Amino acid sequence: MRKFMGSVDLRQILLPIGQMAIFVVGAGALCSVIMVILALLCRGSGADHLLQATQGVGIFTYTVGNLPQVLIDGMTIGFVYAAIALGYTMVYGVLQFINFAHSEIFAIGAFCGVEALIALNGLGILAKAGTIGSFGYFGLALLIGMAASGGMAVLVERVAYRPLRNSPTLVPLISAIGVSFALQDIIRMTESLTTGQFYRVIPTFGNFDAHLVLLRIGGRVIDIQVKSVVVIVAAVAMLVALNYLVKATKVGKAIRAVAQDKHTAALMGIGVNAIISLTFLVGGSLGGAAGVLYALKFTRIDPFVGFMPGIKAFAAAVLGGIGNLTGALLGGMVLGMIESFAGAYLGTYTMGAFGAEYKDMVAFLILILVIIFRPNGLLGEQVSQKA
Amino acid sequence: MRKHVSMIAPAVASLCLLLAAGCEKENKTIKIATQSPLSGAMSVIGSDIKSGTQLAIEQLSDPLVKMGFKVELAPFDDQGNPDTGVANAKAIVSDPSVLGVVGHYNSGVQIPSSEEYHSAGLCNVSPANTNPKVTERGYLEVNRICGRDDVQGAVGAQFAKSKGIKSAYVLHDKTAYGQGIAEYFQKEALTQGIKVVGFAGTEEKANFDAILSPIIAAKPEVIYFGGMFDQSAVLFKQARQKGFKGMCLSDDGFDSSDAAKIGSDALLQGAGTYFSTVSGPANVYPDTAKFVTDFKAKFGNNPQPFAAQSYDCAAILLKAIENAAVANKGKLPARADVTKAVRDLKDFHGITATMTFNAKGDLAKAKYFIIQVTSADPAKWSANRIDQTLDIAPPQ
Repeated sequence: MRKFMGSVDLRQILLPIGQMAIFVVGAGALCSVIMVILALLCRGSGADHLLQATQGVGIFTYTVGNLPQVLIDGMTIGFVYAAIALGYTMVYGVLQFINFAHSEIFAIGAFCGVEALIALNGLGILAKAGTIGSFGYFGLALLIGMAASGGMAVLVERVAYRPLRNSPTLVPLISAIGVSFALQDIIRMTESLTTGQFYRVIPTFGNFDAHLVLLRIGGRVIDIQVKSVVVIVAAVAMLVALNYLVKATKVGKAIRAVAQDKHTAALMGIGVNAIISLTFLVGGSLGGAAGVLYALKFTRIDPFVGFMPGIKAFAAAVLGGIGNLTGALLGGMVLGMIESFAGAYLGTYTMGAFGAEYKDMVAFLILILVIIFRPNGLLGEQVSQKA
Repeated sequence: MRKHVSMIAPAVASLCLLLAAGCEKENKTIKIATQSPLSGAMSVIGSDIKSGTQLAIEQLSDPLVKMGFKVELAPFDDQGNPDTGVANAKAIVSDPSVLGVVGHYNSGVQIPSSEEYHSAGLCNVSPANTNPKVTERGYLEVNRICGRDDVQGAVGAQFAKSKGIKSAYVLHDKTAYGQGIAEYFQKEALTQGIKVVGFAGTEEKANFDAILSPIIAAKPEVIYFGGMFDQSAVLFKQARQKGFKGMCLSDDGFDSSDAAKIGSDALLQGAGTYFSTVSGPANVYPDTAKFVTDFKAKFGNNPQPFAAQSYDCAAILLKAIENAAVANKGKLPARADVTKAVRDLKDFHGITATMTFNAKGDLAKAKYFIIQVTSADPAKWSANRIDQTLDIAPPQ
């Protein structure tokens, strides 16, 4: 153990942080540049005149003024998507099939974490906890969510996927869809038997709702909510830890070996079943943590809460190149940014014809375009990184 | 083949006759069905629609019991979902002992479900459905004892104007109810000279970031949301967290103590949170004191909005069934007679109003309220401050 700790490979910690920084800055900058160019082109258009008439600002000022907030929103949701997308991509890397039940694994994490916080709140503990204490309790909820989701993912693999491992790939896929519906209804049943309510609200505690001022430019204040910072920091920490586990440890080497060739890996003395279970445990706990973070950011969850983030994270995994860990990060970030930009500007630029509710359509249209020109996803060709 | 039919037909016919004769003697049971969401996010309200009806059946069915009838409640869970509501409606109309339906919380569910009641001639009295289309179809079977969205939306806009508001951002949930009321709000707002800086629909329930960015940038003085509290309370909360200081305004879909649970302190910040409604807290009606006490004694909680209205709906149905049964010489009345008897009631004294239906099934005059949220404590929801009370006749 000491030997293992002694040889911490710093490169494997700094590299993914660097990658993430590049992805965030890159995706943000690209979207911003496109938006600014669009704004310049649209000066004097109908949308510009409408904006002048209703809000008294030109389209260029409006676009640039809103950019910081849009970038922060995009980055936050991008990290959530990335954390979920890793669950899809890890399972795909090892088993070459899409675990559609992952969105419900996410929901289970969210529910267990939130129920734990509600219970703590009911005991009056959260109200008394100071700032540090409330971070501690949130960390506890995060761990509970991770444990529940990780455990459930392992169980699902054992019960619904392992018996089908040698069947054609469509068979476990259908099984996954079945598991997805079953889990949704299990959450529904558990909630209606225990609390009688399908939707739960995370208690308000600590200083998560406070704003941190980042910049003051003239009269404008650019700020970020503490909870967004928590989401980003937690997601980055998890992604770095995962990257380290897969790329710099012996277990990670075993995971990569199983991903490349199960039979040969077995001949080398690797317990393939154990490694596959471990993959589900890790992917599931990441999904569960993402669920608790999602609940913190958006406050309200219901048994179907996993569906949209799940579908989008799956799309993010495909966009980045499914099976590729770095790709899932990039895909999540790009999708989060596009969605945030589309939601914020679509209504203004189309003069209200397409409102924010069409943001998903834009995001997925862009996804289709990318897939047409790069069928393996943005980073799909780096098979050596497959895990 | 022909031969077989000729043999079977008389057999079946005689069997039917036997059965019918049997029913004639035995069937002294009258059922009143309820349809409301008993599970899911809106079950808080839906369960009390059922409970209000149940209380009315227990307290008011004596005249029918004396005539030898047995009166029962048949509760159905429509889950706030049109498909489920229609499936339930089919089950309800196929049970001949059901003579009336109290229900639906959601207009989007009531409208397709009531097509079934209409074709079966079964009378429906609604405590809560405010979409104009509910009665505008002119069905004899469909009545409501609450106001209408075309009036309610306009009342909201007039209220905003009275508070000196000059710009509004209008959102809705894309349902028949939410979009409808948001459009009426927008129409009246424009007439009143309020600038509508945006109008959008969303089915989003958790992540309002993208929707809020353009709203915050447009700096409206009020955000109006047409829809249910499970969306609007989250939206208002996130708007406050993003620094929105103006007024939050919604409709009777906001009227649930769960809104306080979700929104908590955010509802009290900025220029405050208001909603229009067609159902005031039970204690604003002069005759509901006994109802509130009985309800609390039986079910252990304060009645949610629309519980008292449901009590009245059931009372109307029971009275109409009684009248029809008397006219039918003490025998079980036909559905059509009950339907007609409901419209024939004049100045019926309920606990929430004295009620007479017009030719469409609307009340001759309905009450509208503007309520301000004054406490983040869900238990104090019914103590919210009433800002305005209005009596308005439905548009002709």
